[in-house]
Amino acid sequence: MLNFILKRLGLAVLVAFTVSFISFSLLFMAGDPAVALAGETASGEDIEALRKLYGFDRPMLVQYGEWLWAALRGDFGESYYFRLPVASLIAERLSVTMTLGLCGITFALVTAVPLGVAAAIRPNSIIDRVALFLSVAGQAMPSFWFGLILIVLFAIKLGWLPPSGASTPAHFIMPTIVLGYYAMPAIMRLTRAGMLDVLSSDYIRTARAKGAPEMRVLFRHALRNAIIPVVSLAAVQMGFMLGGSIVVESIFALHGAGYLAWESIARNDLPTVQALILVFSMFYIVFTFLADVLNAWLDPRMRSS
Amino acid sequence: MKKSWFKTTIASVALIAASGAAWAEKANDTLRVGFTKELENVDSYFNSSREGVVLQRAIWDGLIYRDPITNEYSGNLATSWEWIDDLTLEFKLREGVTFHNGEAFNADDVVYTVNFVAKEENGVKTQRNVNWMKSAEKIDDYTVRIHLKEAFPAAIEFLSGPVSMYPNEYYAEVGPSGMGLKPVGTGPYKAVSVVPGQHFVLQKNADYHDSPKGKASIENVDIRTIPDVNTQMAELFSGSLDLIWQVPADQAEKLAQMDQFTVSNESTMRVGYLSMDAAGRSGDTPFTNVLVRRAVNHAINREELVAALLKGKSKVVWTPCFPSQFGCVQDAATEYEYNPEKAKALLAEAGYPDGFTTEFYAYRNREYAEAILSYLNAVGIKADFKFLQYSALRELNMTGDVPLAFLTWGSFSINDASAMVSQFFKHGSLDDARDDQVLADLTIADSATDDATRIEHYGNAIARITDQAYWAPMFSYNTNYVSTNEVSYTPTADEVLRFTTMTWN
Repeated sequence: MLNFILKRLGLAVLVAFTVSFISFSLLFMAGDPAVALAGETASGEDIEALRKLYGFDRPMLVQYGEWLWAALRGDFGESYYFRLPVASLIAERLSVTMTLGLCGITFALVTAVPLGVAAAIRPNSIIDRVALFLSVAGQAMPSFWFGLILIVLFAIKLGWLPPSGASTPAHFIMPTIVLGYYAMPAIMRLTRAGMLDVLSSDYIRTARAKGAPEMRVLFRHALRNAIIPVVSLAAVQMGFMLGGSIVVESIFALHGAGYLAWESIARNDLPTVQALILVFSMFYIVFTFLADVLNAWLDPRMRSS
Repeated sequence: MKKSWFKTTIASVALIAASGAAWAEKANDTLRVGFTKELENVDSYFNSSREGVVLQRAIWDGLIYRDPITNEYSGNLATSWEWIDDLTLEFKLREGVTFHNGEAFNADDVVYTVNFVAKEENGVKTQRNVNWMKSAEKIDDYTVRIHLKEAFPAAIEFLSGPVSMYPNEYYAEVGPSGMGLKPVGTGPYKAVSVVPGQHFVLQKNADYHDSPKGKASIENVDIRTIPDVNTQMAELFSGSLDLIWQVPADQAEKLAQMDQFTVSNESTMRVGYLSMDAAGRSGDTPFTNVLVRRAVNHAINREELVAALLKGKSKVVWTPCFPSQFGCVQDAATEYEYNPEKAKALLAEAGYPDGFTTEFYAYRNREYAEAILSYLNAVGIKADFKFLQYSALRELNMTGDVPLAFLTWGSFSINDASAMVSQFFKHGSLDDARDDQVLADLTIADSATDDATRIEHYGNAIARITDQAYWAPMFSYNTNYVSTNEVSYTPTADEVLRFTTMTWN
């Protein structure tokens, strides 16, 4: 197990380096940062002076090395737009995104896994149909539309929840449902498919034949195996939620890291975009790593592969 | 059982939230306002947003004040001023004014502020607002002189707009980042809380001096940034916002039909125009031919655009500046009536009887750009339409890679033609005309100190620009302000929300 963990950890670090280098170089290819910084009235000399001042004229590898060294010490530079340290900006916004992401994935898992299991126990029953309907609706409904429907219903018609903002736990209820609902269908369908597959296998028949209680068969024997691909999927979805909740954050005025990333791209705020790409990719890498470890723990066969 | 538990939880959390949230805040004397855009830095020299101008006018004061309705200048932090010569302005300062942190206002503050912002390396975001000043000099505690780099007749206009006075000791200590987080000014409102880009809380300055801005009536102003306009409307409906602005015309029309809201519309200084690459900076393009540029001008039905899309107080504009700006001589402009047949004939004469295909860029109001595109299509100009973010398009513009673009300019609410026509036609990086005759006229107009000379030369420049059809100026923008009936506010044409003129009904 330790060997497996070390191997995966080494791989994760390599991926992290590659991602950081690609993100750094991609942004430089996207445009001339000196032109973007200089503004409308700048002359050619002004732009050249800025290029020198910020060191954009040096080899990219040197710039990357410096940036990475500073980043490892938690210094991502100053945002061109806000003129504040990027690290503090991200730290502040990340708490909103983390809260939303964790609530979202919890909501998705808590609703999707039981529904998936129930649908698999009785395929083609009413429960299965309802679960299918929910998953199709979840995939088909754009989150901006679903978000607005919830706002109209719960904030305007019923007046139960605040329409937007992040100052109380109640502010997170609607965004959690919208974000979680988007991830729910995939998790549910995968749980259902995994359970159906496992339930028809020989060892389950054996377990039932030897008289094991049904609940024990379902949750101890079947779900443990059926859940393995779900763990990987949930890890990816979690990474997606932390980096990709731009629409939900925008509709509910949550000012999280996803919305910051989107806006920073529009504003050509290079230091912020670079730092956010690094942070988001770290999430993906860490969650994928954790999912691998969790899978290896659930399924000993994976440790040798 | 589980389901009812879930319901109960949601309902109880909602109830707690509702009791904690602030509904209908007239009783608490707090006006709740929605902003759309994240303001980068409250320090007014380090942002270029409309939202920044709104906060600047609330928190700080300038030496001079311009009445937004009569356009007359009066003293604010200065009580009087005079031109010593073309390059020197002397001010007598108001005594007994204090900053929000208790620091007394005097000549040292003016000297420090001017010397700080005029220095290019300090990086003031909109250099044009400050780069005409060379330095400031203290004569005595309440007399100060501002020295100009060269003659700049629009100085008074700039001093009544974007140039605010900062407390020298505090600013020296905290700098732009500190000022952005804890702003300190002399204005009618003081900032009590700032969450960068997200939330700003202002409180009435009870000790506000006898300024022409007038004392505030509403005690607190609570501003939240809500990027989605639909969410802003939901906040308004649910009673957790009192005022929103920049509401799209179609939404404003619907809100106007509802009894509980007041919708008012006012023009802004923003002008929408087509820019054409007359100088051929983007390579071999048909727009180097004046006949093609005139054809484009004739192809667009400006009246229809205004009536169908912009609505409100928008107007057709024929000049490369906003009509109310000083020097924006309306009679000088050539007006191109909507005549697609004439446009086709001009294109044929220019050697394009079947039209041509060009790249067409835009960065905002996609629906306007698409309408313009359909007019161009109708006369045979086909376009490869590219919709970019502002910063990306601006970069392409600066490097001269844009043959045709739908652009807009708001002049930072400066009521002087130099803020628009001189920005684009003085051979800078955004100048796609590069006309020496225009440059010569604008150079004189920008620095002449007597009004008649300025008007004459701006007029000449406008005549030349419109005759050569370097641009196709089209329309002015407008803004819709929507408030609950409890708020009384009359907007002004410069698109600055003035909290001091707002009252409860």
